[in-house]
Amino acid sequence: MTTTTKYDADELGYFGDTWGGRFMPEALVAALDELTVAWQEAMADPEFVDSFEAICREYAGTPSLLYHAERLSAQVGARVLLKREDLNHTGAHKIRNVLGQALLTKRMGKTRVIAETGAGQHGVASATAAAYFDLDCTVYMGAVDTRRQALNVARMQLLGAKVVPVESGSATLKDAINEALRDWVASVDHTAYLFGTAAGPHPFPSMVRDFTRGIGDEARAQCLEQYGALPDAIAACVGGGSNAIGLFTAFLDDESVEIHGFEPGGDGVETGRHAATIHAGDAGVLHGARTYVLQDEDGQTIESHSISAGLDYPGVGPQHAHLAATGRATYTPVTDAEAMEALALLSRTEGIIPAIESAHALHGGLEVARRLGQEKGPDATVVINLSGRGDKDMGTAIEWFGLGDAEEGPEADLPIEGGEQ
Amino acid sequence: MSGRTGVSTAFEKARAEGRAALVGYLPAGYPTVDGSIEALKVMVEAGCDVIEIGLPYSDPVMDGPTIQAAAQQALEGGIRTKDVLRVVEAVAATGAPTLVMTYWNPIEHYGGASRRIDGHSGVERFARDLASAGGAGLITPDLTPDSAGEWIAAADEHDLDKVFLVAPSSTPERIALTTAASRGFVYATAVMGVTGARTTTSDLAGPLVERTRATTELPIGVGLGVSNGDQAAEIAAYADGVIVGSAFVRTLLDHEGDLDAGLAALRALTEDLAGGVRRA
Repeated sequence: MTTTTKYDADELGYFGDTWGGRFMPEALVAALDELTVAWQEAMADPEFVDSFEAICREYAGTPSLLYHAERLSAQVGARVLLKREDLNHTGAHKIRNVLGQALLTKRMGKTRVIAETGAGQHGVASATAAAYFDLDCTVYMGAVDTRRQALNVARMQLLGAKVVPVESGSATLKDAINEALRDWVASVDHTAYLFGTAAGPHPFPSMVRDFTRGIGDEARAQCLEQYGALPDAIAACVGGGSNAIGLFTAFLDDESVEIHGFEPGGDGVETGRHAATIHAGDAGVLHGARTYVLQDEDGQTIESHSISAGLDYPGVGPQHAHLAATGRATYTPVTDAEAMEALALLSRTEGIIPAIESAHALHGGLEVARRLGQEKGPDATVVINLSGRGDKDMGTAIEWFGLGDAEEGPEADLPIEGGEQ
Repeated sequence: MSGRTGVSTAFEKARAEGRAALVGYLPAGYPTVDGSIEALKVMVEAGCDVIEIGLPYSDPVMDGPTIQAAAQQALEGGIRTKDVLRVVEAVAATGAPTLVMTYWNPIEHYGGASRRIDGHSGVERFARDLASAGGAGLITPDLTPDSAGEWIAAADEHDLDKVFLVAPSSTPERIALTTAASRGFVYATAVMGVTGARTTTSDLAGPLVERTRATTELPIGVGLGVSNGDQAAEIAAYADGVIVGSAFVRTLLDHEGDLDAGLAALRALTEDLAGGVRRA
């Protein structure tokens, strides 16, 4: 897991001399330097790497399955493999990142962790890791989100975390990040900031990648073992981009493998109500890194929109900006409606209810599979990262599809791609 | 532009008078663009030697609740970067050296950056327009000198002050790096934490000023937390400048809807602080 690619950051955290870096208050620079050194030493220490892998294996349930979705494959005319991160403990890829960062926190001798969360998934994962490692935990969550996601607030509280509602700004994820940074400026001597995605100032984008890259390392080995060849393409959803960079990293130097990121297109990029940062944003600095940002003419951040709270972020991890700018990866928006259609399709076709985040990857990945099936035949292989499970999204699904009334079964009404069920 | 004063003049004048300089902050556009101009002029009249004008930003990670609230209202009132420059022009015309304090992205994005163009000429355009508005320079709370190559070049070209921050957590190496890149004064953050008035000032400030002074001849201003004349006097005993922000903003917030009363209270607070820096 310490192998490098030609798309890595330099020692100051810049990807391709432009993206990333560290645009942060001086008060945090010493802490970020300390973290950088601790992370690099840990990754070079076989004992740390072994314990991280052991915890992921024995507690989180990795390696996750690489599952051949045969009915979906038949529909699109290519082999569709789903990387089942939804089966991990706590139901998403995010557990890998928090276990890594919490293990590093223990190694650094700090006693408290803070985290930001949007829908609550990273907050729940952080609270889980804090319980596992016996660390104090405070989670910042936009007040709008605490009301929308009361169940996750309760989960965090049950796990022993303190949840702080953030009322400032738009009272959503980006404001929760701002508030967590404010906490960190004042508490940095004993507190670690468990950043939830592969964004933010150096070393977070690279460190989070190191802790999530197991997704791609496993998928690459599984694909070679099960099918004797690399996939033709891989696909993941991109909000901040931690599951995507986790899948992509192992394949970056495999030039034959197409890499696809799917961004939240919301109501459609043309409506302005979206979170397709790379597709429709401008270069700028947000939360400590230079990357693509949704912003107005004056550089003020514009509020993002997505049906998926986990993708609803007006920035994106800087390594994705670099991969987009170099053309190594392609980023395409997927609308709310397309994602929800894919969510229903996977539920009905494979008996798997995915997170709405992952449904973006599914929609886009199936389009890629259809094209590759036509170009290369049915052995063309696409790996799609099923980054999380959909239990948390049932409220949205009930509303979107009109579910939940047993008298009026909606059986025939779900819009299913391809028109067959 | 002729007649533009850098902040070093104000610090030299205060030093000649055997006292510290009083540096006052307000965000542009609160309560309105014109209201902020009036308020800043009152602060100049009542004894601020240097003015910092905050450029309201959507994601202010260094600001506490008071400044956030005012900046958010300014943004909701529709303030644009060009309006901030209008405030600079009006305040600089009083003769008080006038700095802009800003998070980085609005500068990098000044005038709108073109999509997928890596050359960020917004920085260069902002430096030019700030200089022609009579501004003295920039204070950059989320930009450290090691990330500031483009700003340093633009500031040097337009003869602008570059005020970077040092913190209690800064290593000696980083303090040296920061002071070497600064011009005008060095901004010492007295507490580990966000902006906001505090009842007692920090005991971290003195040692930080001492460590900073060992690396530079530049004046050193101490900020974060000062809210009255006694605290100002305490800091003026060892610093070259006393920086006050949240307490001014709080005064205006406390008189919301009654600008005249707010201005009167602002004048009284400024006079108290100006007295403080003179009795150290």
